[in-house]
Amino acid sequence: MNKPLRYLLQAFNFSMFMALVWYFSLYPAYHQLEEDQAMITFTVSHAGKHIRECVKFSQEELLKLPPNMRKPMDCPRERSPISMELKLDDEVIYSKVAPPHGLYSDQGIDIYQNIRVPAGKHRLTAWLNDDVKVEGPIYKLSQDVTLKPEQHLVIEFKPAISGFDVH
Amino acid sequence: MSFINPVKRFYLALETWFNLSFGNTWNPLYNLGTLTFFFFWVVFVSGLYLFIFFDTSLSGAYASVEYMTHDQWYVAGIMRSLHRYASDAAVITILLHMFREFALDRYRGFRWFSWVTGVPTLWFVITLGITGYWLVWDDLALYIAVQSSQLMDALPLMPASMSRNFLESQINDRFFTLMGFLHLLGQPVILFFALWIHVKRLSDVSIVPPRGLAVGSFIALLALSLIVPAVSHEPADITKTPAVLNLDWFYLNVYPLMDYWTKGQVWILTLGVTGFLMIMPWLPKKKTGQAAVVHLDECNGCEQCAMDCPFDAITVQKRTDGARWANEVVVNEDLCAACGICAGSCHSSNPFRHSQQELVTGIDMPQSPVNDIRNNVESAIAELKGENKIIVFGCDNAIEFSGLKSSNIAVVSFFCVGMIPPTMIEYALKKGADGVFVTGCRTGDCYFRHGNKWFDERYAANRQPILRKRADRARINIFRAAETDCKKLRRELDKFQQSLVDLNQKNIEESSEVGHE
Ligand code: HEM
Ligand code: SF4
Ligand code: SF4
Repeated sequence: MNKPLRYLLQAFNFSMFMALVWYFSLYPAYHQLEEDQAMITFTVSHAGKHIRECVKFSQEELLKLPPNMRKPMDCPRERSPISMELKLDDEVIYSKVAPPHGLYSDQGIDIYQNIRVPAGKHRLTAWLNDDVKVEGPIYKLSQDVTLKPEQHLVIEFKPAISGFDVH
Repeated sequence: MSFINPVKRFYLALETWFNLSFGNTWNPLYNLGTLTFFFFWVVFVSGLYLFIFFDTSLSGAYASVEYMTHDQWYVAGIMRSLHRYASDAAVITILLHMFREFALDRYRGFRWFSWVTGVPTLWFVITLGITGYWLVWDDLALYIAVQSSQLMDALPLMPASMSRNFLESQINDRFFTLMGFLHLLGQPVILFFALWIHVKRLSDVSIVPPRGLAVGSFIALLALSLIVPAVSHEPADITKTPAVLNLDWFYLNVYPLMDYWTKGQVWILTLGVTGFLMIMPWLPKKKTGQAAVVHLDECNGCEQCAMDCPFDAITVQKRTDGARWANEVVVNEDLCAACGICAGSCHSSNPFRHSQQELVTGIDMPQSPVNDIRNNVESAIAELKGENKIIVFGCDNAIEFSGLKSSNIAVVSFFCVGMIPPTMIEYALKKGADGVFVTGCRTGDCYFRHGNKWFDERYAANRQPILRKRADRARINIFRAAETDCKKLRRELDKFQQSLVDLNQKNIEESSEVGHE
């Protein structure tokens, strides 16, 4: 094959190669949200209450324990599952009963959930229960929000403030 | 024609196209490993330049990248684009490299090591790209950071949640510094080390492509960098979720999956694919022939076989048998690919030696010793009839050639054309063959890496053992082809046959002219 033709073919091949590089380095574009949607992140990092109160060991129970394990109170390690729900207007957009982590169910939970919602004015309501000994919601949230398109709203359960923080 | 699987057929068609446009020595498909290295060089050098201007703090990173992209577009901006596009190009060449080894069934048997050590490099490359995009600290980086953290959180390793780091407006600065460290130092060092292991079992590995290919690739990258410079998204903002992101699919392809699957499923997929790739060489496994054996009595320690072995399986050591030579060679059976190239390298594999007794050579293949080959050549030629007696020396791993056998054409098979001792060609001509037709893998490619290159160099008298001048080159035809080139093989053989007819005719005329004088 003659040289100019060969160089032409090479130029063609290199162009195709670079077209591939360029295209897939940007496209197809990823649509994280529709144009009129906003994102809510609902996140909970929390350890539930112990499943029951500590009780004093009785004398007989204490005697049954090996000497090095004897202690005055019998405290459970196991923690409560955490149940929660998040509503946007009248629609439940997230709900979960999260069992405690850990081999002995003695650890907290970590939830990080992204939820796509329509932009606009909404009423946000949420509740959370971290104690099996109590029926129904323990912590509650009720707030009006106006979400702009592409807004990212974080609803974070904060044990420190005993409730939900919206930011 | 024997059955050729469609994957291989497709690959070979692609190869043919590139041979047409680039010629065999520049064919990118024969240089995928070296091309990948070349792109890494471009990434490395451009990265060094970017590092000068890059601010490794969370608050300053974005602005410093913007400065490079816009204010100093003429150097730093171009460097940035080169850095990005060369990284992307490398993913393409790596995937093609894998595809090629797979399509040509060069991933099993003795090649398991190269394949298995290649798989982790894929992880190292992809994660290196991910931390690279992280460092820009734009909207895309934030997306990557959050998604990656969610993936990490799904693993049972992490005591505390990583994702939540990015929720505070005081985003964890130390985390960013860690990414900087990984991308700028940790990951490149790991990748380099992994690549060193990857090619460790091979000898004469080139890490620079042929000049033309390097120049062409560089010009192409530069052109792309000038036409579509790499730019950032908006600066990272935790209160915003951009609707549209321009993901780099070469590196960031798993993240969108998380919209459909749980993190656990994403992990199962990625780890599952990795695990599957890792065990592929044994699905099913491929047998490697018996390793080469050294016969010290016939070895003078010239080291030629050690230089020629493509798989680094031969080592030279001090003589152990008290012979007067300084050195001897030993074969490491675990590394030996049974290609037979060493037998072709050894000057003792000369069929003119010990004509009345068994031919023992310095290094030989137990499944096809040089002595057997000599016998085969002799008896095959003896059976030939007619005017134009041709003997075909064919490599088992290229085109199927046993069908060429006819009353005037004999075939003798070798593991590789590199296994043919040049003296065997002379010998065949001497024993009555009018021509020797050698068929092997396409030029630039070789099932055993270097066999046909060594053959060519011996033929051109540039490599020991040389094909001597007295071997009439007009009676030797070197044919190079892949499995799909059957028609070409037939045509070339017919042409060779015709040229031998003409040659014989000419010789007769010349000798009769001499008779008249
Ligand atoms: C990450 C970048 C990679 C680079 C830069 C690279 C580079 C190379 C180079 C230079 C060779 C030697 C080729 C030769 O001289 O014959 C090679 C061989 C090989 N590579 Fe890779 N490689 C990479 C990734 C991979 C991956 C991901 C796989 C497969 C999973 C792979 C599979 C192989 C195999 C099977 C061989 C053996 C070839 C032979 O024995 O002839 N490589 N690679
Ligand atoms: S047969 Fe091939 S791989 Fe084995 S020692 Fe000889 S040259 Fe090396
Ligand atoms: S080529 Fe032959 S003589 Fe030379 S070192 Fe190898 S086996 Fe020995």
